[in-house]
Amino acid sequence: MTLRAQPMLTGWGRLPAPGTEVIGEHLETITRGAVLSRGLGRSYGDSSLPAIASDRVAGTRLANRILAFNGETGVYRAEAGISLLDLNRVFMPQGWFTPVTPGTKFVTLGGMVASDVHGKNHHVAGCFGEHVRALRICLADNNIVECSAEQYPDLFYATIGGMGLLGHILEVEVAMHRISSPWIWQESERVPNIQEYLASLERGARAFPMTSGWIDCLNRGRSMGRGILFAGRWASKDEAPSEPPPEKKPLTFPFNLPNWALNNFTGQMFNRLVYYKHASKTAKGVIHPDGFFYPLDVILEWNRGYGTRGFTQYQCVLPRAAGPKAVLEFMDRLTKLGGASPLCVIKDCGPEGKGLLSFPLEGTSIAIDMAISPSIQRIVDSLNEFVIAAGGRIYLTKDRFTRADHFRAMEPRLDKFLAARAKWDPKRRLRSAQSVRILGDKE
Amino acid sequence: MKAVVLGGTTGIGRAIAQQLAERGDSVFLMGLDEADLARSAADLKARHPRQENVGFAVCDLEHPDGFALALDTADKTLSNFDSVVVTAAMFASQDALEADVELTRRLVTVNFANTVVFCEHVRKRLLSRGGGRLAVFSSVAGDRGRKPVAIYGSSKGGLAVYLEALDHRFNAAGLSVLCVKPGFVKTGMTAGLKPPPFAGEPAQVARDVIRAMDRKKALIYTPRMWALVMLVIRSLPRFVMRKINF
Repeated sequence: MTLRAQPMLTGWGRLPAPGTEVIGEHLETITRGAVLSRGLGRSYGDSSLPAIASDRVAGTRLANRILAFNGETGVYRAEAGISLLDLNRVFMPQGWFTPVTPGTKFVTLGGMVASDVHGKNHHVAGCFGEHVRALRICLADNNIVECSAEQYPDLFYATIGGMGLLGHILEVEVAMHRISSPWIWQESERVPNIQEYLASLERGARAFPMTSGWIDCLNRGRSMGRGILFAGRWASKDEAPSEPPPEKKPLTFPFNLPNWALNNFTGQMFNRLVYYKHASKTAKGVIHPDGFFYPLDVILEWNRGYGTRGFTQYQCVLPRAAGPKAVLEFMDRLTKLGGASPLCVIKDCGPEGKGLLSFPLEGTSIAIDMAISPSIQRIVDSLNEFVIAAGGRIYLTKDRFTRADHFRAMEPRLDKFLAARAKWDPKRRLRSAQSVRILGDKE
Repeated sequence: MKAVVLGGTTGIGRAIAQQLAERGDSVFLMGLDEADLARSAADLKARHPRQENVGFAVCDLEHPDGFALALDTADKTLSNFDSVVVTAAMFASQDALEADVELTRRLVTVNFANTVVFCEHVRKRLLSRGGGRLAVFSSVAGDRGRKPVAIYGSSKGGLAVYLEALDHRFNAAGLSVLCVKPGFVKTGMTAGLKPPPFAGEPAQVARDVIRAMDRKKALIYTPRMWALVMLVIRSLPRFVMRKINF
């Protein structure tokens, strides 16, 4: 019984890389000598994958303790491996909520800092990093430092959104938001095409602290980009049901779908269903927070739907200055390249954060899932060229295919990031498959 | 329950402590490192605002002379505990143990001799107050002499025999003893080993253990599938066991 395959690690997009992770409760022990930390592996591309199989990867998910919590200020400190699922379970019943949440709760606290995640409230609350008070970090030389906006600010801001390349995040101190109830008041609107969608998105953002939406980018012609816009806020005490939102048991996607199952035709059928399921033009009411923030979390391992070929997500932001015209041109190029897919999310972003490589900037963010195909590199290259010309950038947490020269062209802040990295990890000991690809780290 | 968890800062012990705290039982943590215990106690308090007083004491299975003092502190904090869970133990690979006789001495002493001594302290205290519950982690590795766990498995096998006898001898007096035989569980202890089929998660094992304690069971395999797997392994003839590497 010595059947031994090469062990593999994968991101959410399921493209594997050879490697193993060392897991344990004590981050200081497991990060010693490790070159990369990895949480729940929800980044789509290769940011949580080792550059080579022998690189030591620290799996943080067992380090999940809450070390301190102030019930007056809503500030907590916790170990980096705690999941957002856990944090929500603990703090929502006490009237607090994470200041920023990504679209899944199966992420770790350390991962949220390293990706500097954004959410539906980006236009009012900024990224997660805005709310981080302090970080405890194990540096490449195994020294441990505490940093914040006052103490080693260069390290602090390079770590926020720094994809784990400055040091291993051990502990995070975060200020949460007070919520009036654990339920959401949602207003949604069916929108016939992309122009109107963008206009409603802007209107929604003025009236609501949380907005986002889904568009059907498989449809061509006049109804290209028809979609559904969701806007919401925390329900007031009077609106909310008196009982807390029930914990729903998620289903698990039982097996890999065959690679051909999700194609243009089934995608269009799916989109038509989603669009017309929203029966009336507008709808409003109180809904479960999980349905609002985490619609895809109801099916565990939904990435199996793409089959064994795997998939990637292309997410970029186009600056406000480029106007709605740029969004239209982008969608047009996407359709021509054949990259359109059922899952396309468009959201407007507020001003850029302080994290040196933080993704959002004032403008429109577009995210599209794409199955891996022989033409994927060509599609990503072409979209990247468009994004560079428009003055936008891509989100490293989703990325697997962007070329180093393209990334440099879209990232004016890169030199500042590299300077911080040169100071705190001069030998570039910390690295990932992504940093080798995009920053040219040695393999 | 007013429960002491020896090994409550890591792995399955941590999961058991968390689940007991969640349902409102009082929990007292024992482990190797004071600072680490303080962090786990703070975690339980933050997660469960009803838990006002999560106590802890350093207790090292390598130092039996500290057992009485640690149990005194637990008794004081909980005003007499009624349940004790022992997940703490040593683990090392067969290769490492074969290469280092001193490591073998330590592991066998901790996992068998000193664990028995700890249980004897607990047994006396619980019986003096009319009984209680004691749950101790043995292992499926103790069910059969097997090549990859020859030494570790024998330490756990010896412990299982002791726990069975303890149950026979004191059950009538009100002491219910639970011997837990976990199969492969994905914890820090087994990190780096390739998980076999039916590998369990700490939270799932913790649920099984707490339910078995509530029902005063004497023996459980967890995850359940391992009861079947071990039934097969136990019935394999010796000439087969000599051949296979399992």
